[in-house]
Amino acid sequence: MAEHSITRTPVGRRPGRYVLRAVVTAYLFLLVAWPLYLVGRNALADGFTSLGDILTDPDVTHALRLTVVIAVTAVVINTVFGVGISILLVRYDFPGKRTLNALLDMPLSVSPIVVGLALVLVYGGREGWFGPTLEAAGFQIIFATPGMVLATVFVALPLVIREVVPVLQEIGDEQEQAARSLGANAVQTFRRITLPAIKWGVIYGVVLSLARSLGEFGAVKVVSGNVLGETRTATLVVEEKYLNFDKGGSYATAFLLALVAVACIIVVSVLRPKEDR
Amino acid sequence: MSIEIVNVGKRFGDFVALDDVSVSIPSGRLTALLGPSGGGKSTLLRIIAGLERADVGKVEIEGVDATGLPPQKRNVGFVFQHYAAFKHLTVRRNVAFGLEIRKRPKDEIRRRVDELLALVHLEQFAERLPAQLSGGQRQRMALARALAVEPTVLLLDEPFGALDAKVRKELRDWLRRLHDEVHVTTVFVTHDQEEALEVADEIVVINEGRVEQIGSPDDLYDRPANEFVMRFLGPVTQLGDQLVRPHDLQLFSGGTTGVAARVTRVTRIGFEIRVDVATTGGQPVTVTLTRNEFLALGIAVDSEVRVQLAPGSPSTTVSTPEQRTAEPSLATTTS
Amino acid sequence: MTSATLAPDRPAAPRRSVRSGLPLTRVSGLGLGVAMVWFSLLVLIPLAAVAVTAAEGGWAGFWRSVTNEQTAATIRLTVGTALLVTLVNIVMGTLIAWVLVRDRFFGKRALEILIDVPFALPTIVAGLVLLSLYGPTSPLGVNIANTRIAVFLAFLFVTLPFIVRTVQPVLAELDPEVEEAAASLGASRYTTFRRIVLPSLTPAIAAGAALSFARAVGEYGSLVLLTGNLPMRTEVASVRILSSIENDNIDSAAAVAVVLLAISLAVIVVLDVIQRRVVRRG
Repeated sequence: MAEHSITRTPVGRRPGRYVLRAVVTAYLFLLVAWPLYLVGRNALADGFTSLGDILTDPDVTHALRLTVVIAVTAVVINTVFGVGISILLVRYDFPGKRTLNALLDMPLSVSPIVVGLALVLVYGGREGWFGPTLEAAGFQIIFATPGMVLATVFVALPLVIREVVPVLQEIGDEQEQAARSLGANAVQTFRRITLPAIKWGVIYGVVLSLARSLGEFGAVKVVSGNVLGETRTATLVVEEKYLNFDKGGSYATAFLLALVAVACIIVVSVLRPKEDR
Repeated sequence: MSIEIVNVGKRFGDFVALDDVSVSIPSGRLTALLGPSGGGKSTLLRIIAGLERADVGKVEIEGVDATGLPPQKRNVGFVFQHYAAFKHLTVRRNVAFGLEIRKRPKDEIRRRVDELLALVHLEQFAERLPAQLSGGQRQRMALARALAVEPTVLLLDEPFGALDAKVRKELRDWLRRLHDEVHVTTVFVTHDQEEALEVADEIVVINEGRVEQIGSPDDLYDRPANEFVMRFLGPVTQLGDQLVRPHDLQLFSGGTTGVAARVTRVTRIGFEIRVDVATTGGQPVTVTLTRNEFLALGIAVDSEVRVQLAPGSPSTTVSTPEQRTAEPSLATTTS
Repeated sequence: MTSATLAPDRPAAPRRSVRSGLPLTRVSGLGLGVAMVWFSLLVLIPLAAVAVTAAEGGWAGFWRSVTNEQTAATIRLTVGTALLVTLVNIVMGTLIAWVLVRDRFFGKRALEILIDVPFALPTIVAGLVLLSLYGPTSPLGVNIANTRIAVFLAFLFVTLPFIVRTVQPVLAELDPEVEEAAASLGASRYTTFRRIVLPSLTPAIAAGAALSFARAVGEYGSLVLLTGNLPMRTEVASVRILSSIENDNIDSAAAVAVVLLAISLAVIVVLDVIQRRVVRRG
């Protein structure tokens, strides 16, 4: 078989490949690269003044801090839930597994506005199904941080699962069975065998969830009430500043968010095992 | 001559896969390209098929210069080690593929495919998907697919390499019978000398990108051209500076013929008895005897014996001193 | 699967994904219970609330809401543009995946990263990003802001990764020998692509297309700054729902939301069916 791995060169030269390469590069340049670059340039048009301005604006820094708190909370929740449900889906059999598996992808295809609406209908303080009861007990969900966390958790829900499930399937359960046969209990098996094996899958999932959570906009907009200095997140700042003709501030905040997003992708791309590049 | 390969060379970067190889492959015969993995035999087969292009040299198929022809134009049938089944097509559509490409009439295709499915004993699996077949069945399907277009030559790249031992043996016998029926010029690559000796009319031994020897199975076994061929085709042991086959050695419990030795170990392997001896010079030699020969000798560990090569047996002189292995090499059957 | 030794006359084992597992233990059963409660509180009950709210107005109320002239226009625009974008993605996504898998050149790694940018970029920023090249201050001199082209462009941007990322691994796993077999049987490169490669990619393309369609239909953030949300012209369904919410017209919002949910659900079902068919083919 060693011969095969080195004989895999395509037969002959293909002039068509240069055309395809050019088409693809041009498409991605026009759709993603150039626009992305322009945002950076607009943000830094007047040096670091705009960036400096937003970083000293207490409303913006509050929004940034709130965004980070919400995103981190959502990522923690989704990681715990995601790893747990992945193990259940891969290692165990139970009725309704197929339906659950399909439904878990639902958040990827639901409009963020619908997500927001759905949460308001259940947890809204005035007319929600559970909202008034919860509020009477002192828990405000909608127009407050918990609601924003819920919305963020919802939209990023499948990301950890989608990364961890294939890894769990790949490693199989022989090592876990071996650990059990050597006397390890469920918790020890998980900590010492399963977790190290799925570590990278979890990390990709976490980084992707973080990127998604920091940038959530629509769902958060519906449930937050967008109150300045209270429930306004970074993405809402971008919109608000743009609509109020503070384009410098808007571009600067967008630039910060884009920077974090691109950094997340690069981290994932570097961490991922390199297949044949 | 059906396939002429003239001075073909091929490199992959720094790796020399084929170094000035010239081979003539006869028409209508079953020829094996035999050699260790990485020796260049698969590359040669892929060059014949046009799946790989030679850096230098010429390939001629049935008198036509095929050196620059793409695989589509060569009319060769190619069977891959891992079947290369078209997974989304039924067995019938897999076999029909080449004929459909050639735009043959529908009823002709149907008739021809039925014939071929009967030939490879897959009639009742015609409407199945490849995933529903066993490995051996898939490989038979791949063979029918390659034969459907009535190729000038049939090329098989380690065709039984992915199958387990029992199926491999069955398919090997079946390939021999099939070839006796259809007589298409066939070249197959294998690293299994037993497979080559059993199936092929003609064997080309290839190692490190060079042809070591070409000949019939008997030629190769009885008159190995060099030490490599000798070692590759079967178990060997060394007596003095001669490389010989352990079963070509004779033992005597007395007399003065041959070399004096002492038995160090007796192992029974099925119907064979393997006797390890050490000559007075300290050289370890392995001899295999039949059970009856062994019993007739009446020897045991520490018996004094004399060992000699049976007259007329093949042997080669060990050329390079570093290849003088202390242990007799009996492991050549595995790759 | 490639080098597995197959037992005689036994069909090859299907891919692992549907392998059955252990029965639930006490601990894992408890875990599943907790997970299901959480999932219900977070996803199932709220989505059910949308459906229930929409149903409260009765069929007539629902129908009146979704056939309201302005609402119907948003649904038409959203679904129509999403379909168009999905078609473009089927071609471009497959093409991009092909180049990323089969070609090697300097800068390919950078293209890989660009593919994921729309996925990770906040949607509001995506809108701003597109505005900077195709808006009023465009260095290209085109201004598509507040037009339907802007809707198309925004959908195209946010759905870029879906087909690429579903097709890429399948293409990488394709056995090159299969294409060589087709070539040696006389098939031209185009015929091999059409009859051998493309059918192997179809499930992945369909899955990616379904996701891409669903994502486009629900898109909101990238449109906010880019399209002006002009009623009857560039307003999409999500924007319509939001303005209904803001006007305290919850029933109408829920009615449109149910339409979008139905599309999401249909996509989930399509994906499930595709997955099952792929498993069967092995």
